[in-house]
Amino acid sequence: MKEIVILSGKGGTGKTSLVGSLAYLAENKILVDCDVDAADLHLLLDPKPRSSHEFRSGVKAKVISDQCSGCGICVDLCQFEAITMDFAGPTALMNPLSCEGCGVCAHFCPEQAIVLEENYCGDWFISDTDYGPLVHAQLFAGEENSGKLVSLIKRQARELAEQTGLDLILIDGAPGIGCPVIASLASVDTVLAVTEPSQSGWHDLERVLDLALHFRLQSFVCINKWDLHPEMAASIEIACVERGIEVLGRIPFDPTVIECQIQGIPVVCNEQSPAAGAIREIWQALSSRQVNKE
Amino acid sequence: MQIAVASGKGGTGKTIVSTSLAMCAPGRVQYLDCDVEEPNGHIFLKPDLATSERCTVIIPQILEEKCTYCGKCRDICRFNAITLFANTIMTFPEMCHSCLGCFRVCPDDAIVRSEREIGMLESGMAGDISFVHGRMRVGEAMAVPLLKAVKKKADKNVLVIIDAPPGTSCPFVEAISDADYVILVTEPTPFGLHDLKLAAVVLRNFSKPCGVIINRADLGDARVEQWCQQENIPVLLKIPFDRKIAEGYARGQCLVEIRPDLRPSLQALIEEILA
Repeated sequence: MKEIVILSGKGGTGKTSLVGSLAYLAENKILVDCDVDAADLHLLLDPKPRSSHEFRSGVKAKVISDQCSGCGICVDLCQFEAITMDFAGPTALMNPLSCEGCGVCAHFCPEQAIVLEENYCGDWFISDTDYGPLVHAQLFAGEENSGKLVSLIKRQARELAEQTGLDLILIDGAPGIGCPVIASLASVDTVLAVTEPSQSGWHDLERVLDLALHFRLQSFVCINKWDLHPEMAASIEIACVERGIEVLGRIPFDPTVIECQIQGIPVVCNEQSPAAGAIREIWQALSSRQVNKE
Repeated sequence: MQIAVASGKGGTGKTIVSTSLAMCAPGRVQYLDCDVEEPNGHIFLKPDLATSERCTVIIPQILEEKCTYCGKCRDICRFNAITLFANTIMTFPEMCHSCLGCFRVCPDDAIVRSEREIGMLESGMAGDISFVHGRMRVGEAMAVPLLKAVKKKADKNVLVIIDAPPGTSCPFVEAISDADYVILVTEPTPFGLHDLKLAAVVLRNFSKPCGVIINRADLGDARVEQWCQQENIPVLLKIPFDRKIAEGYARGQCLVEIRPDLRPSLQALIEEILA
């Protein structure tokens, strides 16, 4: 089984549009949307939900006001500035969005006035699409634990792939280089990084390539909207080659990509689109260069 | 006064808007780049980063000679950062949230403070703009501690422009939590609208006043604008797609440098928010 993750560092370079198209081109695969706090892949693939599951992770502390003596011990203990004192009570007030669920306040409360409640922080789904199964999720707005949710849906996808004899896991990653991105890299074989020809695009790409290197993963690059700044695209290519990273292709700026997004279909479905042609070539190149896992 | 520039979806133009707002703001202004995973503001504002400091978090170091392997530290840790097998105790610093619970429960004073570097905090002047950003160490998973450190640099006496990270989870919430007003930058596409709605839910939970800037406003459809109207969220500005902007952006130029004609509308926008 192979696992390919599409990353970018910088947001908005075209990860999801590309994954949508690769979903159309690749055979015998399962899709995973690991951008769990702003998941968009389902907007291109029209998934039919097969099953829906609650994601519960960690705990949140809750103050039982009647039992609180207002001693303020918890306020001093909390390292996340999640507890303030309402002197009118006096009673401790918990800000659930700042609470990281460490439980230290509950442990030390002399009145046992703080309880820890399991945190329901999102939903995840197994769906069917015209292009194969999709495992996706929605972390509730403002929640943490995105890395754990990413690990969970990746594990589900792998199990499903093994049960049904699929040999490729195609993963849409999150922007950035933090917790959800690191979680999406576990057991991956290949990183395909999508960038754009701008200083920001290159700056952020370098950090993603450093991250892939940190985890000893093989990386490839493709440059989206390259013709918006051909010189910058050329210098990114040179810089990649200097790092020993192959640039698999360039995708031209193409308003068809947005038109297809509005229609809710992958851009490769449109035969006339210049971007579609480039994406087909990138997929061909990527397929021929993948290493087999031992 | 703090104005945060956020988006939900990445790559909609947060940085080009926030850097330009900083350049157009009246009086003294501070720019805080809170996208510590991928900070880009410096590319556009080109600050002289005169000050640089390591940003660290506290982690436990266990003194084996004092440890009696009672397991209390392991039991209080809800992040699985401490494990104990018979007479071996191990810590996993990357799992630690620095809650200090283990320090407080250890009966043998066997835990001392150590630290883990999470990134660099750099600051300096970009012309008249006071500039601060955090650069998270590659391989570090937690963005929030560094983001908090950037926010601690906020100057209460001046207008602060915050460039928020993409998404709608904890780093985004932390970035906007002290803002008096939030500008959501989006694009008129299904992805832009979907993520805008998610970001708007968070802002509503916080009762934060907000407005929307639609970037590349002519590449897409009318649904973002219709939705804003329906939700009573003001559309503050529409920036058309323009190859000149894309090319200037690619080179690291600010929007107001590429299109000085947009300066009056950005200035008016800030004045309206400040009023």
